[in-house]
Amino acid sequence: MNFIRDTLLVFRRQERLALRQPAWVIIGLTQPILYLALFGPLLKGLPGASLGGGGNAYRFFVPGLLIQLALFGSTFVGFAIISDWRSGVIERFRVTPVSRLAIMAGRVLRDVVTLVVQAAVLVLVGVAFGLRAPLPAVLIGFVFIMFVAIGLASVSYATGLVVKSEDAFAPLINTVVVPLLLLSGIFLPLTLGPGWLQGIARVSPFRYIIDAMREAYLGHYFNTIMVEGIAVAVGLAVVCLWLGSRVFVQENA
Amino acid sequence: MAIIEARGLARTFKSRKRTVEAVRGVDLTVHDGEIVGFLGPNGAGKTTTLRMLTTLLRPTAGTATVAGADLLANPLDVRKKIGYVPQAIGETMGGTDPSCLVIEELLDQAALYRIGAAEARQRAELLAGQLELTGLEQRLVKTLSGGQRRRLEIALGLVHRPPLVFLDEPTTGLDPQSRSNLWEHISSLRSDLGTTVFLTTHYLEEADVLCDRVFIIDHGVIAAEGTPDQLKRRISGDVVTLRVAGGDHGTDVARKLLADQAVVREVSAADGTLKLTVERGEQALPALLRVLDAADVTLESINLSRPTLDDVFLTLTGRSLRDAPVNHAAGPGASGVPADATAKE
Repeated sequence: MNFIRDTLLVFRRQERLALRQPAWVIIGLTQPILYLALFGPLLKGLPGASLGGGGNAYRFFVPGLLIQLALFGSTFVGFAIISDWRSGVIERFRVTPVSRLAIMAGRVLRDVVTLVVQAAVLVLVGVAFGLRAPLPAVLIGFVFIMFVAIGLASVSYATGLVVKSEDAFAPLINTVVVPLLLLSGIFLPLTLGPGWLQGIARVSPFRYIIDAMREAYLGHYFNTIMVEGIAVAVGLAVVCLWLGSRVFVQENA
Repeated sequence: MAIIEARGLARTFKSRKRTVEAVRGVDLTVHDGEIVGFLGPNGAGKTTTLRMLTTLLRPTAGTATVAGADLLANPLDVRKKIGYVPQAIGETMGGTDPSCLVIEELLDQAALYRIGAAEARQRAELLAGQLELTGLEQRLVKTLSGGQRRRLEIALGLVHRPPLVFLDEPTTGLDPQSRSNLWEHISSLRSDLGTTVFLTTHYLEEADVLCDRVFIIDHGVIAAEGTPDQLKRRISGDVVTLRVAGGDHGTDVARKLLADQAVVREVSAADGTLKLTVERGEQALPALLRVLDAADVTLESINLSRPTLDDVFLTLTGRSLRDAPVNHAAGPGASGVPADATAKE
């Protein structure tokens, strides 16, 4: 099918460009690894019950860091599309018979691959610090963050292509991402907070996804938390893909 | 045969406060194998028209057939048949990624047109040869000179051997040497490959040297079209300047003789110099010289100057193309430079 062919073509081009500057993949990893090393030990001091049981702080913390990695890694990809637009590459592609949706999809695919590689490194470092989690749980966690990346990267590209300015893009993304991050219970369990905070946090989709990942890390695969997490992850990806694709396939951009 | 046929093509931009009619109904016919120039000051609708014809912008009214396909009903077929080289200055650049290798750009572009790998390599090699890029294949785009990068961008527009190629300001920002070098490449597109070329330009000498026909767009409509010669003739005729020997008497005799000639529209004399406005100066001159010779009028010098496209432009639009501002802040009409201040070469 032409769409898949075109997506792979765009993916290969973007992957080649990414491999030319592998430093960015490593830079993207430094922040979560720093959290793992410098913030993780603080969680060990918390009573095991507040971290959802299991007595292993890293089973609580690593899923949160994986979401953080996905959140930051994927929402900022829109920067790259602004420079591609500025160099005229987007316009050049849009005048060829290539699927306009593939111009986005190939990039999103590249971002998902990058993220999974980073996530694998992060989990391995976590194991070195003392993370103990079942392998299926780790793989389920990867699938969750892939859905998050698909959704957020699509929206990020579309936003970048609409605002067309780095100066507007950075504050816009920060305004959206930081509250979502804080309301997701990435660093500390939201159950520690007052009732009103827990109430507000219900609006953050990532909160449901993190909870589901943590359940998986504890070895609980079949319960309502998991079902909610899957529904939110898939829903988020589908809605964001649809929004992103509208910007890319429209006639005028 | 017409390769571009546009009727009433129009584009209106709506923002919250006002409606801007960027293009108000453009009729264009471009024939197979022509090199056509599209001239106009910034804000005249030049880029908007080009973006409509290349499927980047949907017209709000009008119809067009481009390279045999209907622009509105079948934009994908238009894309398959046209090459497009975006302009390389201003807000967006010419379409190459600074971090790509030259060869990667050529091969990726071929893949976008679904050309197989072996064929793509062949075409890349051929194009590199034609556009003097041989030896640069393994260089990063950002290390190329301005002229080399522009030639690469043109090569990208030709990978799929389109019958029609759009060049948006192909030589803007290049040094004079690279510019005339690129002119040769553009004319060989037609002579070697039979490609129809539709180019926009700010440089009147570019239109003069390269183009068979010129369209002048102003305020969103075509203000004039024709060959550069026809357009020049339309406004003023040629100016012949004669320096006559024999003082006032000689000048007077010559003036009376020339004033009787049918081809001479106007004669003025000053300090032994006659200034004539004539139709088709290059054809009229021999006959005029014979008349003067028969009356024993001796000439010290002869000069024939033809109006430039800039004169045409000035007459038609009231502004000089050269002085049309390059920044975007000045919209249509903002470049109200007094005509007499800019008429000089």
